[in-house]
Amino acid sequence: MAQALGPDSLRDHREGGRPKWDNKFQYFLSCLGFAVGLGNVWRFPYLCQTHGGGKPVAAPVPRPVPGWEVPLQEIRQRGRGGADTAVSAGLGCLVASFLISLYYNTILTWVLWYLLNSFQQPLPWSSCPTDLNRTGFVEECQGSGAVSYFWYRQTLNIAADIKDSGSIQWWLLVCSAACWAIVYMCIIRGIETTGKVSRRALTPTQLPPASRTPVRVRCVPASYGLPDSFQMQTLQNPRVWLDAATQIFFSLSLAFGGHIAFASYNPPRNNCKRDAVAVALVNSVTSLYASITVFSVLGFKATNDHGQCLDRNVLSLINEFDLPEQSISRDSYLAALAHLNTTQPERVARLSLKTCRLEDFLDKSVAGPGLAFIIFTEAIVHMPGAPTWAILFFGMLFALGLSSMFGNMESVIAPLLDVGVMPRWVPKEALTGLVCLVSFLLASCFTLQSGNYWLEIFDNFAASLNLIILAFLEVVGVVYVYGMKRFCDDIAWMTGRRPGLYWRVSWALASPLLLLTIFVAYIAFLAQKPPSYRAWNPQHERFPEWQEKRYPGWVLAACALLSLLPTLCILVAALAQLLARHTRRRRPRDALPNADTDRDTDTR
Amino acid sequence: MLWPLFILVTAIHAQLCHPGAENAFKVRLSIKTALGEKAYAWDINEEYLFRAMVAFSMRKLPKREATEVAHVLLCNVTQRVSFWFVVTDPSKNHTLPAAEVQSAIRMNRNRINNAFSLNDRTLEFLKIPSTLEPPTDPSVPIWIIIFGVIFCMVIVAITLLILSGIWESRRKNAELSQLIDAEDRCENMITIENGIPCNPLDAKGGRINDAFVTEDERLTPL
Repeated sequence: MAQALGPDSLRDHREGGRPKWDNKFQYFLSCLGFAVGLGNVWRFPYLCQTHGGGKPVAAPVPRPVPGWEVPLQEIRQRGRGGADTAVSAGLGCLVASFLISLYYNTILTWVLWYLLNSFQQPLPWSSCPTDLNRTGFVEECQGSGAVSYFWYRQTLNIAADIKDSGSIQWWLLVCSAACWAIVYMCIIRGIETTGKVSRRALTPTQLPPASRTPVRVRCVPASYGLPDSFQMQTLQNPRVWLDAATQIFFSLSLAFGGHIAFASYNPPRNNCKRDAVAVALVNSVTSLYASITVFSVLGFKATNDHGQCLDRNVLSLINEFDLPEQSISRDSYLAALAHLNTTQPERVARLSLKTCRLEDFLDKSVAGPGLAFIIFTEAIVHMPGAPTWAILFFGMLFALGLSSMFGNMESVIAPLLDVGVMPRWVPKEALTGLVCLVSFLLASCFTLQSGNYWLEIFDNFAASLNLIILAFLEVVGVVYVYGMKRFCDDIAWMTGRRPGLYWRVSWALASPLLLLTIFVAYIAFLAQKPPSYRAWNPQHERFPEWQEKRYPGWVLAACALLSLLPTLCILVAALAQLLARHTRRRRPRDALPNADTDRDTDTR
Repeated sequence: MLWPLFILVTAIHAQLCHPGAENAFKVRLSIKTALGEKAYAWDINEEYLFRAMVAFSMRKLPKREATEVAHVLLCNVTQRVSFWFVVTDPSKNHTLPAAEVQSAIRMNRNRINNAFSLNDRTLEFLKIPSTLEPPTDPSVPIWIIIFGVIFCMVIVAITLLILSGIWESRRKNAELSQLIDAEDRCENMITIENGIPCNPLDAKGGRINDAFVTEDERLTPL
């Protein structure tokens, strides 16, 4: 980053030269860190779990979808035409990335809270707290289980309805402040600090899953969780394709603008095709690898729960019929139950024993953020040396999420810097700090008691439709407005070879069609059933099951606004530009032709 | 002669102590679960110890110092191991109220558990809830300590980064102004290379090379 102070660099320094990556490895790791995130660790396995195994793995998605993002900004840097039309799409990306980073950092806050609480033995979520006169456990905890109680009550202190916002939970607020401070520290000078942190932060995050997977896959119980069969019928379900496509989309962090921002700091002649394919491949491999770990943990937990269920039933039988201790084992339970049922059915019926089936435990999985904080924490409690595993796991999650946050924040800050929102004399650190401060203040609404419900809304609405629309506009803009031929020429200039037929067909036909299909299918699914949410209500009669509730009207309006905000920004920006061009044409043409040449000279 | 007395005592015993009797409590032991291979067998000597512990607990109550082992009756011992017990008053006519027995047992639960090398889960008094261990809350929660450490480190790092940025920009500005001054002064400095001064080369108009004779001198005049 240090520039030799000769006369030429002097000029650059006075004009403000564009920062650069220290080396290619830093850039690659930063992209990888951005792409590999929390979505790989729980969203992909959860989707696999919902569709019963490894189906989304097999759904083919056109790989070149990321292929145009990397060269796009490198082209823009060289000042070729079409930059103006890209500004509106960029504004949309900025707004989308901003909304996403708000809630993404809240998940990081939760991870940090769990990480801080992992430094004690016994772990705080391993047992229920006692009630006031210490004769038993807190009632809500007895109903839901210690782990769920710790998550819903002691962490979130969740309200029973989205309408009661409740108060701000101070512990979450300070953790959120710490998270934003850590993010600020890492992106304070842009890629100068980001690159170094990526190199140091990303490699260690791969080690803990590597160390845990061989241990657990060897254990027989864990292998129950691994997907075993591949059924053709599920591939015919369109929902599977929709989920697979959206997952690969979010997993690679496309249309956030982050990859474009990162790539803009590269030298112009860069083998972007190789980078794009490499990032996509590593991301997919990480998803699969993470899902092996996740499934083995789920299998371990399921066999544990199944064993405990059997033990409870055995104990009930022994206590009721005063049989000698350990006279019924887990294996002989069914035979003993059958025998007792024939001899004394009324007493057996009074016991109200639950049937314990391993499949039930394997199928029961929690969606979304709950997966990590409930199922994993429960699995960790049963492992020997629980605090160590907890620290490793939450440390890994934190590092993964942090590296994705770099990309999100970069895609917010880089456009602001490029557009020149602040005057020249304001240092970059101040702009970054201001963005982080504003984000922290806005994200503090997620620390309210109804914060979890709002986070689900953000996850479902802010991140889905917008990204599909933005990606569609990007593809169409590059291929049809900028021109396929010009784009291929640029790539030939950058990498030395023109892109092959596969790439061109995918960019021109497959990707736009696929995106359009996903968009239409998504709208159709949304329209079919009205959006509802699941509330955690201790007073509910079927507690600890969720209570299905419908969103009130004003919340639905907020959802719609979230979905459409980035698109609205694009439209507003496009209109503004049209208007500006119109008024410029009416005024006499004096300084206009210099605009394009200025952009051309702004190169290294 | 003793037979009628024996039958009478047994009858009274059965009347006072039977499953579900008034003021009776059921006890359940899980010795094998607690001790594994070191489990002992439950016999009448263990029962005697149990009755002694209950009598000991009752004697700790203010008005019951005269309770003897013989006042504690056990019945319905099963293979589980579980049984019922009652505590009678000295006259052996009626049983002591359940509330008193309950409070006595609760106060001395630890001693009773230790006598049998069991704990609250493996020696259960049904209907007598055990006082749970108070949670080991340190005065300052651990997470706050670690949070404080991490937060301080982050603040220090941010301050250092900002300060180093300010120093670097000030240093660059100082060097910049130095170089700008040097550029301005460049015109007054004469750089010499290989003994030939450089500035004449920049001079406009060129320089006459005396090695070439002028036109006029070469041609002889007419």
